[in-house]
Amino acid sequence: MTLTLGHYLSLGAMLFALSVIGIFLNRKNLIVLLMCIELMLLAVNMNFVAFSHYLGDMHGQIFVFFILTVAAAESAIGLALLVLLFRNKSNINVDELNALKG
Amino acid sequence: MDVKTGFFYLFSVVLLFAAFRVITARNPVHAVLYLMLAFSQAAAVWLLLKAEFLAIALVLVYLGAVMVLFLFVVMMLDLNIDSLRQGFWKHFPLAALIGVVIALEMAYVLMGGFRLQGAAPVEMAQAAAAQGSNTKALGLLLYSEYVYPVQIAAVILVVAMIAAIALTLRQRKDTKFVNVKDQVHVKAADRMSVVKLAATLPPPPPAAPVADAEAEKKP
Amino acid sequence: MSATLSASTLLAVPLAPLVGSALAGLFGTKFGGNHLGRKVVHSLTILGVLVAFIISAMTLKSVVVDGARFNATLYEWMVVGGLKMEVGFLVDGLTAMMMCVVTFVSLMVHIYTIGYMEEDAGYNRFFAYISLFTFSMLMLVMSNNMLQLFFGWEAVGLVSYLLIGFWFNKPTAIFANMKAFLVNRVGDFGFILGIGLIAAYAGTLNYTEAFAKADQLAKIGFPGTDWMLITVICICLFIGAMGKSAQFPLHVWLPDSMEGPTPISALIHAATMVTAGIFMVSRMSPLFELSDTALSFILVIGAITALFMGFLGIIQNDIKRVVAYSTLSQLGYMTVALGASAYSVAVFHLMTHAFFKALLFLGAGSVIIGMHHNQDIRWMGGVRKYMPITWITSLLGSLALIGTPLFSGFYSKDSIIEAVHESHLWGSGFAYFSVLAGVFITAFYSFRMYFLVFHGKERYDQNPDAHHDDHAHDDHHGHGHDAKPHESPWVVWLPLVLLAIPSVVIGYFTIQPMLYGEFFKDAIFVDGAKHHAMKELAEAFHGPMAMALHGLQAPPFWLALAGVALSWYMYMINPALPAAIKRAFGPVYRLLENKYYMDWFNENVLARGTRALGTGLWKGGDQALIDGAVVNGSWKLIGRLAGVVRWFQSGYIYHYAFAMLLGIFVLMTYFVWFNR
Repeated sequence: MTLTLGHYLSLGAMLFALSVIGIFLNRKNLIVLLMCIELMLLAVNMNFVAFSHYLGDMHGQIFVFFILTVAAAESAIGLALLVLLFRNKSNINVDELNALKG
Repeated sequence: MDVKTGFFYLFSVVLLFAAFRVITARNPVHAVLYLMLAFSQAAAVWLLLKAEFLAIALVLVYLGAVMVLFLFVVMMLDLNIDSLRQGFWKHFPLAALIGVVIALEMAYVLMGGFRLQGAAPVEMAQAAAAQGSNTKALGLLLYSEYVYPVQIAAVILVVAMIAAIALTLRQRKDTKFVNVKDQVHVKAADRMSVVKLAATLPPPPPAAPVADAEAEKKP
Repeated sequence: MSATLSASTLLAVPLAPLVGSALAGLFGTKFGGNHLGRKVVHSLTILGVLVAFIISAMTLKSVVVDGARFNATLYEWMVVGGLKMEVGFLVDGLTAMMMCVVTFVSLMVHIYTIGYMEEDAGYNRFFAYISLFTFSMLMLVMSNNMLQLFFGWEAVGLVSYLLIGFWFNKPTAIFANMKAFLVNRVGDFGFILGIGLIAAYAGTLNYTEAFAKADQLAKIGFPGTDWMLITVICICLFIGAMGKSAQFPLHVWLPDSMEGPTPISALIHAATMVTAGIFMVSRMSPLFELSDTALSFILVIGAITALFMGFLGIIQNDIKRVVAYSTLSQLGYMTVALGASAYSVAVFHLMTHAFFKALLFLGAGSVIIGMHHNQDIRWMGGVRKYMPITWITSLLGSLALIGTPLFSGFYSKDSIIEAVHESHLWGSGFAYFSVLAGVFITAFYSFRMYFLVFHGKERYDQNPDAHHDDHAHDDHHGHGHDAKPHESPWVVWLPLVLLAIPSVVIGYFTIQPMLYGEFFKDAIFVDGAKHHAMKELAEAFHGPMAMALHGLQAPPFWLALAGVALSWYMYMINPALPAAIKRAFGPVYRLLENKYYMDWFNENVLARGTRALGTGLWKGGDQALIDGAVVNGSWKLIGRLAGVVRWFQSGYIYHYAFAMLLGIFVLMTYFVWFNR
């Protein structure tokens, strides 16, 4: 059977779902949290590229370009924060990051 | 099933498996490596979609830079691996439920709302690709219509760099240097004070009785 | 309406005492630095009142002889939505008579004060106050609109307060002046309601304009009830008169007002302020004539006051209290006359009463200073030997009070009794009985006081409460601890003499023009068809001498004679009888002693009840409800709600992400399933 847009979109959906599961499952590991965010962005990018291909519009890919940029910047800062957290608390337990509670 | 479809299924299965392993890997280094695998499969899928520039960009940027950064950080942190996995399966049912729900909803929305005709899009894509390479098309668009966003993206990257450095910079504690401004503004009173003392002082009271008492105590 | 009365001359009448008061009050007291000495102060103020009196006398002559009138606005203060607030004068027979009475009595009191308050530290302040009072009362009687009337009304109330509490270090005086002010306030509340109704329905505060609309007002009903508007207006206005003229039940302040120095008891609480109510009702006669209900109300209230206050006068031992209750009773007489539509008779009695009551008060004051500030008549007796002038003038005043024929009181009182007899309003029967019985009671207590003070054995040494604190007085009078009285200085007995003269003769000469002549022709309006008392009286009148001779045969004379005889018997011949009666009628005596328990009621039920209501509203309404439930309650509620919402902020990123996902899920479900 030929590949339709639906295939790519469901691929993106499943990837997104997996990354959301990852966020909820990882109470103890902040790094995996950050990686799951990258996965989410990947899923979104997948959707953009798929649409861009099937609609013949280059703008989707331009958008992916920018998402890529921002994602890179965000992961850099995220990792810097992770390093700081580890310096102060000697572990990367997400469960213990509740100092901003109300 | 033609070759293209077969490749698509291959790449998707590996991608999804890799993503699953990212979440469930015991060792964080393994998790990062699985993430790298996931990204490479995604790049392959994009190649199938004729977005070769982005696929290569994914490999270069993500796999080459971001994942390496992740690896650096993971290896630098002295993590206690066992404690990372405690209470993992406790939350699995809820998380699985959420994941399934999201997947179904998104699929429903996307599939139901965007019913495209079969032939026309393929023709359009072929027409677009006939114009030239994908990279050229991207470049034409980026530097004409999206020049301003490109500049902003550059600024974002610079800001991210500065922020990351500023957050994690540690000063050396064993350096000694003088603050020149303070030295220049020093006053005589900071360095010296004059105290009046009388030429002769009365003699202190004799401490002999106490010393004698102590001498008596200690034989 | 007449060119002979000039505005500036009339303006000098109230302003002269005001200037005197201002100078004395500002510069003669500690407030301004004590710049003026006593002689200067009393000369200034007496000069002011003298000027006022002379001009008032001249005005009276112009009004009576030349028929001059004055009704104009001198100063327009402001106009509020069509209602004019102005200062103006209305001078006709009624005003001119009141002006003369007020200024004359005030002048007598000013002169008397020189002697009475000689040893008091607040001498200058006192003169400032009584001149201020004169100004206020004159503004009241000369006004041509209700706003100025109300201003004068309130001002005399204020000065009365200041003067009753003149000796402000005495707690009883402070209690009395607050009581007077508050009870007056109750009356003023009704008064201002009446004025407000007139302003609302007639659209004007000016007398002439309001009276012109009186017939239209008489046709309107009070909205929401069965009452006629004019009845409500008149009753409200009369409530004001009840407060000021001390009618039952708002009479309770007058006996307590005897805490003030005697000159003011004479000036304010006998001759002038308490008559303001009577004056006001007479001035508003065009309105009162239109409401029989209001007139009946006035009759009944006046009758109750006349009779029951007389009973209280019988058992008083303080010389001033006897005269005070006598004043209350006589005010009741005036009110009864008003109720019988005999306004001119009421005002006539007002005038004669002003003279002989002021005389009696000043005489009592003379006795008080003669007895070294002892006021209890049980420890007096035989004073006539030591204070002859006081004795004679007091005797003349008492004879006038009880209605001895040919004296002024006889003409006014008998006219009232006859007028009430002729009235056929509801309540006039009770009123007639009251005023007749009152004659006997009046004679009894007046002569009880007279005999106990001026005749009989001297009981000065038997006083158990003789005060030993004013030894300075004794040195002054050169008596040591002898306590024998002596005649007062001339500044004290001269006003007594000058007041005794009109107390005796004025009735004889003025009854014809005032009651049956043209004196009040355009000042007082009587609806002859409905209320024909005055007409009947006019037909029966054949001149003052004939009236006096006829009076010798009439019931009032015999009742008065009986009263005098009984008091002579009980207090001169058989002094043990009063004590025996007191023992026999114990409960009645206690009722009288407690003033019908009205003071107890006012203090414990009304005052305490109001305070309890206030406390309840404060604790329950303000603290518990508004502060507690609404103000504090709202923040407490918000706090509790926030305490619950707080749990959403757990600090865990996955909780936040979960919340976001839930939100997305809900929105997606909504848009996908329900809102295609």
